[in-house]
Amino acid sequence: MLNIKNLHAAVEGNAILKGINLNVKAGEVHAIMGPNGSGKSSLASVLAGREAYEVTEGSVDFDGKNLLDMSPEVRAREGLFLAFQYPVEIPGVSNINFLKTAVNEIRAYHGQPPMPAKAFLDMLKAKQKLMEFDANLMNRSLNEGFSGGEKKRNDIFQMAMLEPKLAIMDETDSGLDIDALRVVSAGVNKLRSKDNAFIIITHYQRLLEYIVPDFVHVLYNGRIVKSGTKELALELEEKGYDWLKEDIRLEEPVQ
Amino acid sequence: MSAEQDILQELAGRDYEFGFETQIEMEIAPPGLNEEIIRFISAKKQEPEWLLEWRLKGFQLFQKLKMPEWQNFKLPEVDFQSVSYYAAPKNKVKYNSLDEVDPELLRTFEKLGIPLEEQKMLSGVAVDAVFDSISVATTFKAQLHELGIIFCSFGEAVQEHPELVKKYLGTVVPQSDNIYAALNSAVFSDGSFVYIPKGVRCPMELSTYFRINARNTGQFERTLIIADEGSYVSYLEGCTAPMRDENQLHAAVVELIALDNAEIKYSTVQNWYPGDKDGKGGIYNFVTKRGICKGKNSKISWTQVETGSAITWKYPGVILQGDNSIGEFYSVAVTANKQVADTGTKMVHIGKNTKSRIISKGISAGHGHNTYRGLVKVGPNAANARNFTQCDSLLIGDRCGAHTFPYIESKNNSAMVEHEATTSKIGEDQVFYLNQRGIDNEQAVNMIVNGYAKEVLNQLPMEFAVEAQKLLSITLEGSVG
Repeated sequence: MLNIKNLHAAVEGNAILKGINLNVKAGEVHAIMGPNGSGKSSLASVLAGREAYEVTEGSVDFDGKNLLDMSPEVRAREGLFLAFQYPVEIPGVSNINFLKTAVNEIRAYHGQPPMPAKAFLDMLKAKQKLMEFDANLMNRSLNEGFSGGEKKRNDIFQMAMLEPKLAIMDETDSGLDIDALRVVSAGVNKLRSKDNAFIIITHYQRLLEYIVPDFVHVLYNGRIVKSGTKELALELEEKGYDWLKEDIRLEEPVQ
Repeated sequence: MSAEQDILQELAGRDYEFGFETQIEMEIAPPGLNEEIIRFISAKKQEPEWLLEWRLKGFQLFQKLKMPEWQNFKLPEVDFQSVSYYAAPKNKVKYNSLDEVDPELLRTFEKLGIPLEEQKMLSGVAVDAVFDSISVATTFKAQLHELGIIFCSFGEAVQEHPELVKKYLGTVVPQSDNIYAALNSAVFSDGSFVYIPKGVRCPMELSTYFRINARNTGQFERTLIIADEGSYVSYLEGCTAPMRDENQLHAAVVELIALDNAEIKYSTVQNWYPGDKDGKGGIYNFVTKRGICKGKNSKISWTQVETGSAITWKYPGVILQGDNSIGEFYSVAVTANKQVADTGTKMVHIGKNTKSRIISKGISAGHGHNTYRGLVKVGPNAANARNFTQCDSLLIGDRCGAHTFPYIESKNNSAMVEHEATTSKIGEDQVFYLNQRGIDNEQAVNMIVNGYAKEVLNQLPMEFAVEAQKLLSITLEGSVG
């Protein structure tokens, strides 16, 4: 589904990603861990197409299409979803209207007519139930005055509504209390299928107890320096990242 | 809305009953401003002597008054002698079919959902089916007449109800108020007159049905609305469709009078031609609008959506004279390209327990400059006066400007005046968030702007609000890369 080859990217001339290789297949959950500043969120931003990030080298193939050629909205319509680390507030725009617009934009891209109001409301109700999402939040302005946890839950609810092929979750667990974490994780698990894939970016192993990944990758200094299974996450939790840094220093030639 | 459509359709199929052209002979006065021309206008309109005297007094004041210098923009030179001050309403046909009309204009009509026949009227195309807006007016007038409501042109009011005109004309906006008000009082062409009798609640939004009529109201409009004790009226002015006009200078005067327990709601959507991308050829809209809550417990509410004109210069205000009276001002002003808007309100608290509320939302894009200028004045007898002002500015891009000049003068210690102001930029983060959900830039900005202006748009009557929403997005089209 997603094939990243030798991806290099920079912000204002500073190299941030320095040769990422990653292959994500349908049905898989990949976790990306790593210390602060290692490039985890940058990878999410580059994949979603944030303007400030300039791709300097490499390629990203998304279901047979060149992802890097697409505008952010086209990436979204093709089925790439980013759950934001910091979902923004948009005052005065009702949550429900926003969702309806998004759903219909994506449908239009695929040549489908706008969803009839009744069908949309039915879907909304079904997903609210599935995701244990507070219906009162639907009628409020998009994220305006939401608590940190409510914003994250709203993002995951949007994910349920838009049914993406690939969902990237950028530190969705940060700022969530343990109950919210459980609800969000349960929601993600319900959305998992053999047809979609997840990339979960996190600092902590805790989230991975709830959403069990097929693969764990460690990002350090703009590169994936170690990949493994879920046991790697446990090892990281126990030992921290320093031992990995040591390893890397030994492997890298002296500059 | 659908009732309007039905009636219009019905009328469109009817034979032409009332000649528009034949009622007033075509005539254009030579350019120039002098006593002679004022006498000529007054004679043309067969006005009584007192009104001629009043016009002449206005002209004298105009000659004495100076151009204001406090505005936050460069005031263009206006040569008052080069303007023609009298032209009978024109129904000029410029084109034979819509194919000849500027496609950009048609695209805008399309987006606003304006019916085809109306599109033709607005762009000056010869109309096949006779679309008789005068008889539409007549139909509704009969309905209003039963309730004793007077709704007619200003000229007609002078003929039919001189006692009312004489009693109230110039009582809210004195001729000496400012140079443009003086000019208007000397040469005003026509406008609207409304009188709602005691205890009557006007059953319809006045002027919704007269959109096309409003097209020819000309350069120096004069509107007078009187709501007698315990009455209510909602009046709509303007048009969402882009209005082109050969007259560059527009200087209207609007006066509202609310007596005891009366309420007047006045909504404006202004979309005069803003000029080209460099601001050339745009209209200067210099308007004086003011209402007086003369009676106790009365209320006047101004709502405006200002998207057009090269320069918009207006401060709809309320004089809160009656005890417990309420004044409101809700405004969205958009400036794109080289547009300038210097707008706001004046709330003058005179009576006890008077309240005012000001919600101003400025939106600047391109090289546009948007100024909020407001005055809240509390007199010595206005015990317990309350004001709340919220004044927000939204910037799109980095070449535009927003300015806020709130003035507060309080002479009563029991008054409470609150002012809140914010300035924000449409965040790249917000646009990206919407992009990431499949929504393109244009629509993202549209959503953000409409969300920002929601509090004001909510004040507009329903069908007007929908059009105003579309208008905002069209005005800002292309302002975000």
